[in-house]
Amino acid sequence: MRIGDKFNELKRKNEGALIAYICAGDPTPDDTKRYVVSLIKGGADIIELGLPFSDPTADGPTIQAGIERALNGGMTPDVYFKTVGALRVNTPLVVMTYYNLIFKRGLETFVKDCASSGISGIIVPDLPAEESEELALLCSEYDIDLIFLVAPTTTGARMDRILSRGTGFIYLVARLGVTGARSDIASSTQELIKRVKTATPKAVGFGISNGKQAAEIIHAGADGVIVGSAFVDIIASGKDTEQRLEALARELKDGIRAVKEK
Amino acid sequence: MKQEIRSTKFGRYGGQFVPEILMPALEELTEQYERYRDDPTFNKELDYYLRDFAGRPSPLYYARQLSREYGVKVYLKREDLVHGGAHKLNNTLGQALLTRYMGKKRIIAETGAGQHGTACAMAGAAFGIKTEIYMGAKDTQRQRMNVYRMELMGTKVIPVKSGSQTLKDAINEAMRDWATSVETTHYMMGSVVGPHPYPAMVRDFQSVIGKEVRTQIMEKEGQLPDSIVACTGGGSNAMGIFYPFIDDDVDLFAVEAGGSGMKTTEKEALHSASLCMGEEGVLHGMRTKVLQNKYGQILESSSIAAGLDYAGVGPELAYLADTGRIRPCSSMDSEALEAFHDLCRLEGIIPALESSHAVAYVKKAAESGELGDIVVINISGRGDKDLETVMGVRK
Repeated sequence: MRIGDKFNELKRKNEGALIAYICAGDPTPDDTKRYVVSLIKGGADIIELGLPFSDPTADGPTIQAGIERALNGGMTPDVYFKTVGALRVNTPLVVMTYYNLIFKRGLETFVKDCASSGISGIIVPDLPAEESEELALLCSEYDIDLIFLVAPTTTGARMDRILSRGTGFIYLVARLGVTGARSDIASSTQELIKRVKTATPKAVGFGISNGKQAAEIIHAGADGVIVGSAFVDIIASGKDTEQRLEALARELKDGIRAVKEK
Repeated sequence: MKQEIRSTKFGRYGGQFVPEILMPALEELTEQYERYRDDPTFNKELDYYLRDFAGRPSPLYYARQLSREYGVKVYLKREDLVHGGAHKLNNTLGQALLTRYMGKKRIIAETGAGQHGTACAMAGAAFGIKTEIYMGAKDTQRQRMNVYRMELMGTKVIPVKSGSQTLKDAINEAMRDWATSVETTHYMMGSVVGPHPYPAMVRDFQSVIGKEVRTQIMEKEGQLPDSIVACTGGGSNAMGIFYPFIDDDVDLFAVEAGGSGMKTTEKEALHSASLCMGEEGVLHGMRTKVLQNKYGQILESSSIAAGLDYAGVGPELAYLADTGRIRPCSSMDSEALEAFHDLCRLEGIIPALESSHAVAYVKKAAESGELGDIVVINISGRGDKDLETVMGVRK
């Protein structure tokens, strides 16, 4: 399913999107297949599946640890596409990975593999718009969305460049850094949501872990909420993983729904 | 020159492959560096610190006994005599001065073995700028002396406990810090690596080495050397001594760490020879030659010299290697150790194990004649820090 179609479907229901991230292969490829099902059952609208890279400089310690578990569990790009291709879900799938893995596979091969394994979008946190022309052309050729991030520090001219190139949704980085009070989330995020002027759906990520926060983000005008570390934390604990993933997805989705029903 | 720094690339290498959150910081740094790099007041002040604080110019010494033994006329560029015992300070003084000109109040950096961190601490103290260094928790234990040294100079050393608790994780943590503190903080990169403008900026600050060599060799020999040999990890001492000779008829040898052999497995390389053995990739914000497996996962590199132990290399060196302007080569751990002892015994100079790789290559290559008659070796640092390692091997 295409990302745009999912957002249109949700729009008709007057509902925000829950985008759930887990790292593929954490701790094994088979676990990932089951976890994806749990997340969707709980209410996730889009699944982001990390393709683990040895040097994940843009990720916090929680996701970094998940990436290490996945690599130790034998995850490679070949296994990744096989695992994802075997998922039978009617939910848009997005690959999140670092540029070197795409570069090494060959840009066109990578994009082709995405298309044939049912992936609808690509996020590359270490690929700024300035370096993305070749990948963007291939993505449009194979009808895959290339999703870009904007940060509170993103300035006017760069913002325009990113918005003109990004498709699927725009990933808004909610706040700087890894820790901070919840009030910070609200003020800087509200401002960023207002500054990002585009027809493309806006989804906010970084540091969101419960239904109340998710509701605040949607209330501030976002079209979707991205949650990663909170799910990866559950996987790290290894206890009742499927039930808890589903429960957290449900809590987040309930928070999101509550806003639009008002 | 102005034109050159505006491009973020060296051929197809270099660029800025970083998270969006850091892009505005790099834009600002590029702008500020372009503003001050040719500013007479800035350069006058930098010259003052290089001379009166760092002790420059460093001598170019004719190594008579070593020349006789190796069969070629060898000059040593004595960066080991720079304050702190290595070339690293040339760069940190430049960046600390830039920090002051930019009006920033704080310096952060990462360090592995502690050499760059120490150079940051010296520059931070000299300029009265608050300095904080991220260091893997494992490294803080292995390198307690360097931690203490930094702390003596007023630097705060922050142990990083995530991941493998080594350099890699220290880089991550420093990057996260910078993303939140960029308005008041300068990130001090220690080599000619990372996203633009660092490779060009660090090269410029280190070019003082090559500029001095040019004047000194003309005084002593009345001609340029036939070749210049420098060890190469990230490549800052190599770019520093090479760059002023780039348009001359001088052969430039970049000696990488051959470790215990030119072999790799799925996860590890037994060497750190990115120019010789690496493949094109994107790591730490730059497109360059990288030691990686067939999927693009980065390999753990290896070398007896901590300063050469890096899976990537400066993008300009990758470019110059492709164009044939520099010649990548390597020395193994065992060869570097042998050369280390040669220099100690024959000249009364204890070189860093990093620099010993360059000496070792001269020993190997002199006979074939490929180095010509007059060779300059960059002795990038002194070897006091390596004595335990060397003693361990002797046992």
